[in-house]
Amino acid sequence: MTRKQRRLYFVLLGMLALGAATALVLTAINDTLVYFYTPADIQAKHVGPNRRFRLGGLVEKGSVVKKGETVDFKVTDLTASLAVTYTGVLPDLFREGQGVVAEGKLDGQGMFHASEVLAKHDEKYMPKEVSDALKKSGQWREENASK
Amino acid sequence: MIPETGHFALILALMVALVQATVPMIGASRGDRAWMDLARPAAFAQFALVAIAFGALVTCYVTSDFSVLNVAQNSHTDKPLLYKVSGVWGNHEGSMLLWVFILGLYGMAVAAAGGNLPPALRARALAIQAMIAIGFILFILLTSNPFARLDPAPFNGNGLNPLLQDPGLAFHPPMLYLGYVGFSMAFSFAIAALIEGRVDAAWARWVRPWSLLAWCSLTLGIGLGSWWAYYTLGWGGWWYWDPVENASFMPWLAGTALLHSSIVVEKRDTLKAWTILLAIITFSLSLLGTFLVRSGVLTSVHSFASDPARGVFVLALLVVVTGGSLTLFAFRASALKGGGLFAPISREGSLLLNNVLMSTGAGTVLLGTLYPLFTDALNLGKVSVGPPFFNSVFLPLMVPMVVTMAIGPLLQWKRGDLAGALSRLKVAFAATVAVAVATWLLAGGAAGPLWAAGGLGLAAWLFVGTLIEWAERVRLGRCSFGEFLQRCRHLPRSAYGMTITHAGLALVIVGITGSTAWKTEHIQVMHPGQTVDVAGYQVTLDGTQDNIPGPNYTALRATFTARKDGKLIAVMNPEKRQYTMPPRPTTDAAIHTNLIGDLYVVIGDPDGAGGFVTRLYYNPLVPWIFLGTVIMVGGGLVSLTDRRYRVGAPLRTARAVAAAARA
Repeated sequence: MTRKQRRLYFVLLGMLALGAATALVLTAINDTLVYFYTPADIQAKHVGPNRRFRLGGLVEKGSVVKKGETVDFKVTDLTASLAVTYTGVLPDLFREGQGVVAEGKLDGQGMFHASEVLAKHDEKYMPKEVSDALKKSGQWREENASK
Repeated sequence: MIPETGHFALILALMVALVQATVPMIGASRGDRAWMDLARPAAFAQFALVAIAFGALVTCYVTSDFSVLNVAQNSHTDKPLLYKVSGVWGNHEGSMLLWVFILGLYGMAVAAAGGNLPPALRARALAIQAMIAIGFILFILLTSNPFARLDPAPFNGNGLNPLLQDPGLAFHPPMLYLGYVGFSMAFSFAIAALIEGRVDAAWARWVRPWSLLAWCSLTLGIGLGSWWAYYTLGWGGWWYWDPVENASFMPWLAGTALLHSSIVVEKRDTLKAWTILLAIITFSLSLLGTFLVRSGVLTSVHSFASDPARGVFVLALLVVVTGGSLTLFAFRASALKGGGLFAPISREGSLLLNNVLMSTGAGTVLLGTLYPLFTDALNLGKVSVGPPFFNSVFLPLMVPMVVTMAIGPLLQWKRGDLAGALSRLKVAFAATVAVAVATWLLAGGAAGPLWAAGGLGLAAWLFVGTLIEWAERVRLGRCSFGEFLQRCRHLPRSAYGMTITHAGLALVIVGITGSTAWKTEHIQVMHPGQTVDVAGYQVTLDGTQDNIPGPNYTALRATFTARKDGKLIAVMNPEKRQYTMPPRPTTDAAIHTNLIGDLYVVIGDPDGAGGFVTRLYYNPLVPWIFLGTVIMVGGGLVSLTDRRYRVGAPLRTARAVAAAARA
C-alpha cells in the first residue's frame, strides 16, 4: 500500500464516518429538537397539541394547587399565562414568582402537560430564555434578576 | 494581609510566566542552552507563586475572612471544614485560581520529571505552558479577582450552594481540572513539536504519561460528577446530556482518541499530523468546556449565575489558542512525514477507525451542544437539544467502535488477518449470542426492548474479546503453568492497562443498558404505614420526623423499610433538608444497593393531609456504571506505571538524532 492509497483510505474512512453522522443528525434533529416558547408565543403561534416543547416563564403567584402527587400551576410571562399540570415531585427551587422551565405537550383543551419541570442549581439564576422573554415583552425588571 | 499577599503573588506569577514564555522560546531557536534552561527554575517559581496565591485564598476560606468579597459571597462560619475548603472552587473566581494552580503543578512536574527531555523541546513546551498561564492569570486579575476586599466586612457570609456541599462534588472540580489542564501538556508538547518540525516515537512516549494522567483524572472527574448527580438531584438519573456534562465529555472523547493515536506514533512512527491535531483539538475542547460552563451562553440544567464579560474573555482566549495553533498546524503539518505504511485491516487501521469514530462522536456532541446557540444567533427560534438527539446520534456511532475494540487488539501491526482474529473470537461471539438471547427471553421476548439485548450482547462481546486477547498473550492453557506465570509477569503493564480499561468499559455498557431499559419509577402520595411494591420489594413508609438538626440545616427525615418476601432488606432514611444559609431546600435520596440494582427513595412535600409525595425508583445495574468507571481509571493508572516511561526508553535513538542532525 502506497502513501497515496493510505491517504485515500484515510479520507474515505473520514467521509464515511462524517456521512453516517450527518445522516444520523438529519434524521434525528427534526424529531428531537425541542422549541422554547413563552405563554405569549403559544397564543401568537397557535402551537398544536402533541408537539413537544419547553415552556418558560414565571410561576404565577397564587396559582399553585397541589392535589396529592399532581400539581397544577400557571406559567406567565406577564402578558399571557398558561395552565400547567405536572405529576411528580417538583424541584426544590420551584416557587411562586420564580422562573421555571417545563417540558411537555399541550392537550386539546389548551392545558400543558409537563413531563419534566427543570431544576436550577442556583436560586440567583433565572433561566436565560425566561429573562430574554421577559425583556422582549417589556416586563423585565432588574429585581427579577437578583431574586 | 493574607489576601493581598495572594494577589501580589499572582501578579508576580504573571511576571514569571512572561519570562518563562519568552526567554526559553528565544533560547531554543538560537540554540542558547542557558536561555533554554531558564524554563525549569521559572516553572518552579511560577508554581510556588501560584501555590502561595491559592494557599492564601484557602486560608481566607478556612479562617472565614469575610472582608474578602469572594469568601463573604460563598462561605459561612457554620459550614463543615471540608466545605469551607471545597467552597474555594465552588465559585467562579476560586475555580479559575484552581485551574491556574493545576496548570502550574503540571508545569513544575514537567520541569522536575523531564530530565530526559531534549533541552529545546522541554524549553519550548514549558514556554507554551507559560503562555497558557499568562492568558488565565490575566483573566483572573482582570475579570475575576478572588482577592477583592469588601468594606465593611459582613458579620457572616452568604454560604455555599447546599447542593455543592457534598463530598462527591468537593472533589469533582479538582479531578475535572486535573483532566482539562492535563491535556494542556499534550497541547504544549504538540506545539513545541510543530515548531521543531519533528514528531517521532520518543516524542509520543514523553507525551503519553501526561495524556494518560489527564485521561484518568478526567474519567474520574466525570464519574464523580455523574455519581453526584445520581444521588443528589433526586431524579434517579446519572447522565442528562446537559451542556455542562457535554463540556467535560467532549475533551474526554478527543483525549481518548489522542491516547490511541499516540500509540500508533510510538509503535509505528505514523499518523503524526493527526495526533498533533488531536492534541490541539482536545485542549481546545477543554477550553471550550470552561467557556461553556463559565459564560452562561447555554441554558443548562445546572447553570450557575455567570457574567458575560468573562465569557467574552474566555472566548477570545479560545480563539487565540485554537486559531493560533491550527494556523501553525496548517503551515507545519506537511513537515511531519509519516513513516510506516499499513493496510486498512491492521492494528493501525483499527486504531484509526477508533479515532475517526471517537472524533465524529465528539463532533456530533459538539453540534448538539452548540446548535441552540446557532439557532438563537440566526433568529431561528429558541430550541433545546436534549437526550433523544444524543441517544439517537451518538450511540449508533459507538456501536461499530465497541465491535472493533474486541477485534483490533488481535490484529497484527502493518497487515492484520481479519479472518484469523475473528476465528479466535469464536468464544466471544458465542457469549454475545448467548447473552443477547438470554436477555431477550428474560426481558419478556418481543415485548421487552430489543436494543437492551443488543446492548448487553455488545458488552459481552467486548468483555470476552478483551479477556481472549489477554489469554492469548499469556498463552493461558496452552503452556505449562510456570510459563504462564512467567508470561503474566513479563506482560507489560500497559497491556494490562488496556485489558482492564476495556473490560471496565464493558461493565459501564452493561450498567447504561440495564438502567435505561429496566428502570422503574413510582410516584405517589404515601401515608405512614402504607406499602408500595417496587420491582419485587415491598417498601413501607414507617413514619417521618421533622426538624432534625444538621450542622447548617434542619431536616425532615422519613423512615422507609424495604422488605422482600417478608424479610427485612434495608431501613432507608431519605431527607428533605432546609439549609439556613443560603436558605434553600435540598433533597437527599436514600439508596440501598446490592450491586445488581439500586433501590432509590425520595421523600417529597407533605400533601397537607398527613401524607407525603414519594418517589420510589428501582435502578437496575446502575452501580456497574460507577464500578466500571473506577475500573477504567484503575486500568489507566496501571498503564501509567509501565516501565517504558521510566527506564531508558524515552531517549531518542542514535539513528533518529543523526537523521535530525542531517535535516
